[in-house]
Amino acid sequence: MTIISAGTAEGGQELLSRSELTAKELLREVGSVLRLSETEAALLAEVQTEAPEDQTMIINMGPQHPSTHGVLRLMLELQGETVLRCKPIIGYLHTGMEKTGESLTYMQGGTNVTRMDYLSPLNNELVFSMAVEKLLGIDGDIPERAVWMRMLLSELNRMSSHLLFLATNGMDLGAVSMMLYGWREREDVLRFFQKVTGLRMNHNFIRPGGVAADLPAGWRDDVLAILEGLPSRLEEYDILMTGQPIWRERLQGVGVITAQEAIALGATGPILRSTGVAWDLRRDMPYLHYDQVEFDVIVGQYGDAYDRYSIRFNEIRESMRIVYQVLDCMPSGDFRIQNKKVTPPPRARIDESMEALIHHFKIFTEGFKVPEGEVYVAIESPRGEIGCYIVSDGSSNPYRMHVRAPSFVNIQTMPHMMRGGLVADAVAVISSVDPVLGEVDR
Amino acid sequence: MSDSAGTLENAVETQHGCPVQDSLGQRVLHASRDQYVSVIKALADDGYEMCIDLTGVDYLEMPHRKIGFGIQPERFELVVNLLSLSQRQRIRVRVQVPADDVTMPTLFDIHPGTEAHERETFDMFGIVFAGHPDMTRILMPEDWDGHPLRKDYSQGSIPVQFKGANS
Amino acid sequence: MGVVQNIADDGLGGMDHNFVTARIEDLVKWARSRSSWGASFGLACCAIEMMGTGASHYDLSRFGMEVFRASPRQADIMIVAGRVSQKMAPVLRQVYDQMMEPKWVISMGVCASSGGMFNNYAIVQGVDQIVPVDVYAPGCPPTPETLIHAIETLHQLIEDGEIMRRRVANNGGAGVELSSEPVAHTSVTIGSK
Ligand code: SF4
Repeated sequence: MTIISAGTAEGGQELLSRSELTAKELLREVGSVLRLSETEAALLAEVQTEAPEDQTMIINMGPQHPSTHGVLRLMLELQGETVLRCKPIIGYLHTGMEKTGESLTYMQGGTNVTRMDYLSPLNNELVFSMAVEKLLGIDGDIPERAVWMRMLLSELNRMSSHLLFLATNGMDLGAVSMMLYGWREREDVLRFFQKVTGLRMNHNFIRPGGVAADLPAGWRDDVLAILEGLPSRLEEYDILMTGQPIWRERLQGVGVITAQEAIALGATGPILRSTGVAWDLRRDMPYLHYDQVEFDVIVGQYGDAYDRYSIRFNEIRESMRIVYQVLDCMPSGDFRIQNKKVTPPPRARIDESMEALIHHFKIFTEGFKVPEGEVYVAIESPRGEIGCYIVSDGSSNPYRMHVRAPSFVNIQTMPHMMRGGLVADAVAVISSVDPVLGEVDR
Repeated sequence: MSDSAGTLENAVETQHGCPVQDSLGQRVLHASRDQYVSVIKALADDGYEMCIDLTGVDYLEMPHRKIGFGIQPERFELVVNLLSLSQRQRIRVRVQVPADDVTMPTLFDIHPGTEAHERETFDMFGIVFAGHPDMTRILMPEDWDGHPLRKDYSQGSIPVQFKGANS
Repeated sequence: MGVVQNIADDGLGGMDHNFVTARIEDLVKWARSRSSWGASFGLACCAIEMMGTGASHYDLSRFGMEVFRASPRQADIMIVAGRVSQKMAPVLRQVYDQMMEPKWVISMGVCASSGGMFNNYAIVQGVDQIVPVDVYAPGCPPTPETLIHAIETLHQLIEDGEIMRRRVANNGGAGVELSSEPVAHTSVTIGSK
């Protein structure tokens, strides 16, 4: 039996003690590479001189820690209870998905990408499918019903993801009952997903060329049941959390980031919006039919954890608004493109025709060939901009498949948000960034 | 190369001295390694204030691919995606990186947000970013050998055996 | 029912129906199986389903399992929920080593059980290479029902003592040895003062 020595050998990735740092590294770790304002820079100098090494302590948080959302590991340098520096160490969930993606056909690729951001799997599939369709040159020919179905599913997914955020955010800050409520609501949405896709998570339902199957009978009633049940419950959470003084005290003014910093760090999604930048790909670079529905982009003002919480909270309401409109617009017709190249023949034809059987077999064993080229497609996932960069060499596997994961970039804002705050606020910050580690590490 | 660049001026649209390619409706700039930082800087001044993504591609198995514009394809390629919030536009910068000298200047001073991306590209492709403050592995353990996303790095799959299964 | 004043005088008969006789071993096993606390070791997508199992709808507390302990010292069952990467493996082993005996492991999901669809350089192909696994829950992700079934199976195994027997026979799955010091048997007579 091989003995695996406990302790990881990634010393070089850890937070170094102050004496071992060069000035530039120190500046980077305290976040001064961002264009700091003069006052902030002055503050920075103050803290630095105020904290001789023997008064600070470096503590390690994670990778197995209840409030770090999965396997995130943070190293914090503390002076008393104040966080001076913080360094996220990631990679504990590195799954090699980009490598695996190179050996899977475009047909199978969805199973791979859907497992990246496991809280919004349908958005991952959507961006991958859209990239493949763009390479195939069929991005304009997707049947209407498929497009509206994609919108329906991705909005419901946004709701379930944000509900989970409310649950975990509540739990991290001590509002444990929110945990139960958030999960209860999420279950409703998941039950609908299970009915439509057959799975609760990791659906692989949105595929290049359309979606895998049509909506089941009675779907409209199910969606309406979700939509009708939710508002009164959201009201309850508003009472439970939004207006509550403890909640406000814990979140307001915590983890502040300015618009300039967020843009410099590449942060997207609720983090960017909380700083007052109204940037939502659904509105600013519309894909699917987002230009045909009406919704508001929720924007914050202070860039703190409270803003991010409220943005997500209200985005649930906006998503519901969109879903109502989708229900009105849902056309009938095909749910996947009738292009022999990418679409397997319908089940009924396989029994009748030999060609159909061969075709079916070929598509599922060899996949379809995609013309040479490279493309980057991005959509708005609940966490920010998720992008897919595919290079095709003309075969049926991607030559390179890269996913630009929003959490991976957003995590970089943490050191900056935590600096100068208290340890207890660190948890609030992690929770308000809402990273999904599967996506960070891929 | 130099005279083809001369004809290139008239024939192809250029931006900041780099040929512009239309890749499936997306704007792509082909910068040389020397131009790289200055082009990104110029683009940042043009309003592409956000560096959305930075990644690499290993073209080991496609040595004869064509880029055009008289550009010599190399083994590695660096792909940088920029976004302009005000103009609602994207632009992509592609830079060829030869296999025998995999050093690139860092973008850290222009876009601090590329810090993690550059570390990831280093980890996965072994492209070194000169001037990056913390050039360590980010996803793999520190003592890992090799760079997994290179094409000559095997996927490392173990053949699945069905031993002792009831048939 | 009368209060037993002096067992030595009245004998067991004086206690009427107020007690059950059992082997202490059975009692311990029963207690262990009904209050096994999990170590929260969530890794990936499966962890979300594990949390879902613990949350409102599936309500894991019905099986005495609602307490997920962050500290491995207080946990009995480690549910390895999700894919284990090469970087995480040493940490996982460390957490396992820190847990107190007796301890059990459920491998949740195909990734933890066999690497699943990620047969590549980054993922440990089966967590049983690192820690001994008692129950495998299949699925990607296993539904909460599957996880509950796995937990129930484990409870049954704990109650039957099957696990301990097997471990002793195999010399402990991953080379983990229970120290077996000879126990001094001192008989205790009820009522002796
Ligand atoms: S088994 Fe499936 S659901 Fe579980 S961690 Fe692996 S990929 Fe995720």
